[in-house]
Amino acid sequence: MEEEKQTFDADKAAVLVNELRETFSSGKTKSYEWRTSQLESISKMIDEKEKEIIEAVHKDLSKPELEAFVSEISMTKSSCKLALKVLKSWMMPEKVETSIATYPSSAEIVSEPLGVVLVLSTWNFPFLLSLDPVIGAIAAGNVVVLKPSEIAPATSTLLAKLLVEYADESAIRVVEGAVAETSALLEQKWDKIFFTGGARVGRIVMAAAAKHLTPVTLELGGKCPAVVDSNVNLQVTARRIISGKWACNNGQACIGVDYIITTKEFAPKLIDALRSVLEEFFGKDPMESKDRSRIINSFHFMRLINLLDEDKVSDKIVAGGQRNESQLQIAPTILLDVPEDSLMMQEEIFGPLLPIITVEKLEDSFNMINRKQKPLAAYLFSDDEQIKRKFVQNVFAGGIAINDTVLQITVPGLPFGGVGESGMGSYHGKYSFDAFSHKKAVLYRSFGGEAPTRYPPYTPGKQKQMKALLSGNLFNIILALLGWFKD
Amino acid sequence: MEEIVADELRETFKTGRTRSVAWRKNQLNALLDLVIENEESIFKALHRDLGKDPVESYRDEIGVILKSARYSLSCLDKWVAPKKAELPLLFFPAKGDVLPEPLGVVLIFSSWNFPISLLLDPLIGAISAGNAVLLKPSELAPACLSFLVQNIPLYLDNKAIKIIDGRSEVGEKLLKLKWDKIFFTGSPRVGSLVMAAAARYLTPVTLELGGKCPAIVDTLSSPSKTKVAAKRIVGGKWAPCTGQACIAIDYLLVEEKLAPTLIEVLKKTIKKFYGENIKDLKNISRIVNKHHFQRLHNLLKDPHVAASVVYGGSVNEEKLVIEPTILLDPPLDSEIMTEEIFGPLLPIITLKNLEESIEFINSKPKPLVIYAFTEDEAFKERILSKTSSGTVTFNDSMVQFLCDALPFGGVGQSGFGRYHGKYSFDTFSHEKAVLHRAFFPELEPRYPPWNDFKLRFIRLAYMFDYLGLILLLLGLKKP
Repeated sequence: MEEEKQTFDADKAAVLVNELRETFSSGKTKSYEWRTSQLESISKMIDEKEKEIIEAVHKDLSKPELEAFVSEISMTKSSCKLALKVLKSWMMPEKVETSIATYPSSAEIVSEPLGVVLVLSTWNFPFLLSLDPVIGAIAAGNVVVLKPSEIAPATSTLLAKLLVEYADESAIRVVEGAVAETSALLEQKWDKIFFTGGARVGRIVMAAAAKHLTPVTLELGGKCPAVVDSNVNLQVTARRIISGKWACNNGQACIGVDYIITTKEFAPKLIDALRSVLEEFFGKDPMESKDRSRIINSFHFMRLINLLDEDKVSDKIVAGGQRNESQLQIAPTILLDVPEDSLMMQEEIFGPLLPIITVEKLEDSFNMINRKQKPLAAYLFSDDEQIKRKFVQNVFAGGIAINDTVLQITVPGLPFGGVGESGMGSYHGKYSFDAFSHKKAVLYRSFGGEAPTRYPPYTPGKQKQMKALLSGNLFNIILALLGWFKD
Repeated sequence: MEEIVADELRETFKTGRTRSVAWRKNQLNALLDLVIENEESIFKALHRDLGKDPVESYRDEIGVILKSARYSLSCLDKWVAPKKAELPLLFFPAKGDVLPEPLGVVLIFSSWNFPISLLLDPLIGAISAGNAVLLKPSELAPACLSFLVQNIPLYLDNKAIKIIDGRSEVGEKLLKLKWDKIFFTGSPRVGSLVMAAAARYLTPVTLELGGKCPAIVDTLSSPSKTKVAAKRIVGGKWAPCTGQACIAIDYLLVEEKLAPTLIEVLKKTIKKFYGENIKDLKNISRIVNKHHFQRLHNLLKDPHVAASVVYGGSVNEEKLVIEPTILLDPPLDSEIMTEEIFGPLLPIITLKNLEESIEFINSKPKPLVIYAFTEDEAFKERILSKTSSGTVTFNDSMVQFLCDALPFGGVGQSGFGRYHGKYSFDTFSHEKAVLHRAFFPELEPRYPPWNDFKLRFIRLAYMFDYLGLILLLLGLKKP
């Protein structure tokens, strides 16, 4: 007999939030011991269940083992280890300078958890993008509800199973499901919502958060351009571009290279180099290679085919173009100068299609990029210091990498987040801890140091003293107190 | 009309003019001139709108802007410089920076109670960060609005910093447009609407809202300390715009046995500062308009609340004045105890044990500030760790606002985001991560086709096990 699946509706969601709020109110999650015990347990979980995690991700995406190891296992593990290593220092209050205006006083900034947080994850790096924010939330002392993406069901189920086994269920919970479950969760009052996904749903999340004045971090996407100069080491450039496109979840990555801009003159050389390195990486028939993820599902497969088969686009293919619907696979495809108004150049591609747009002068690319929505990342390959400087100064993006792709998000000292349509807020390293914390300002005053200037009755003399006091100039203050300050 | 203004600002931003440090400093200096050269006019306008005394106006508005602008000018070069980020050795040779860049075209809404500083202080942040700005001041302080509308264009770069006149309909129209950032000071109700509108364009927002800021008052070790505390309590309630301030003390929490003494000292202090009665009232602002006067008067009309008045209570509708009023234990479910008061009424809630104050505070939405007057260090610790608020200030009121190194902002219902000092610069910036890499050396194991060797390499790399990596490369490491 099949058990009737209980729907997770708004009532159930409310009960869940209440339970977690009680756990949070008990103060349990604020202690250093609790946080480190959870992080250690998660670290152990990643070690002990590595094989199962890689298998689940392979089931969902046909992600090659090494790619899964790097992007899902290692990055999550590193996050955990870093948090464990430096949590004490992150949790310490930050002493700050006080001004003469409040003398004598001392001040500090204290980090406190926001409370009950919701992490909404996505399907392309289903393990990493679920657990990495959760690690940040735990490190900051919060209770968490994780809603993994139903589009990567094997990983979602595994996460639900593993977190029950390894994490404190009274504080960390997983809710599986799709739109209905997400909506039910979004109706509740959270102290923070962390969302990874597309801009369309990002808007819905922020609008829902607005009802409760809930702060949000939105990690969205965008068309990440790679500008390629002619003075580069072509071999290395081609490898790094391919690494950031087809070897990165087969183009299904928010920070993957979406399109290339290069000069008309250089394009043929670049295309040749890309073709040759593609063969080196994926063999003569890339459709046979096991070293690329597949397209996640039929919906996205059809979406990509539509981009490819559009009129005035399909005739611009200079490499690849093969597709296999039953395998949900499309060959690494390069296109040259597709029209600006084509769907492929309007939407985030999120797949193995790489348009190359040519310009007369390399610097024309900067304006082209700035005319579009701000992307999560922008890349430049060049050996010219001036061009690099101009690019960094003038191209608006979440983050920038020069002469490489994707790696900027593996550096814990660099914030990872978008701007404009690519999102708001950031995380990784200490930024993760901060994303889930409230930074409380604390001022300690003593009963000495009374300035009568503060209080009525107000007189012209007091006005002068007030000016001096607020100017922060010690000399003026002394003069004022002696009655000699002239403004 | 609003669209034209927004478009013009966007065109100006695109030219890159507002990004130059020279432009930013120039504008900050112009703002200083605007305020310094028009001090008298500002005093007049604030007196017209809110009955503020020049000392109050200087302390809470002019002085704040002068301080903020000068601080920004002195720190700007440091703030715009990229910050180095630490990179793991594996990336060598590489360089990582965090580079602040302006968000673009920002919209600043301000409120009526500090109509000059709550508009110009965020403006200082927006300019420092290199943005183009549209200012939408509150129409409820009309004299200040007039002053600003007239003078901003005279002193500041017209094409990059604009100010728009108008009622709330203008605000609604502005919210239908795309901005790169919205900075809002006001009530939680409107804050929620602003955020919902911002969601359409994924516009980041800073919401500086309100709440009921409590002051816990403990028994102090000497009468002179109690006197000082009383001065600071009075200074934290009626001095800022007669209680119409988001960080003003909303209500007191004291132990039963302390209440009578405290009330006596408060009464004396009020009389000394503001006069013996409503006819002699001085050195204090008035209520901003009839609507708020009615609202506050209605709080007192509840018979149970009226019965709890122990000082004051008189009103002058014509002059929009309500005298400093103290209430002792009004019913906890009355509106005066459930809504933010934003006026000159001070409820004192007595508790059997002051420890209960923590639970009491936690039963209400998180406020912008929690004040606590106590010498008990352990109690301070408990207040800090068991309550949540934007700020906590011990043994004083209001002055935390002057500290440029402290972030000023709320949490929960009191808002999110923060400003003052460098936080103002940050709130209007995007921190862009920049990684510089060289073409050499190349790490082969980065690239497909995949094999066991590469997997072993990557495992060691992720543990930053450099010795292991060398051994592996030399063929000496066993899996």
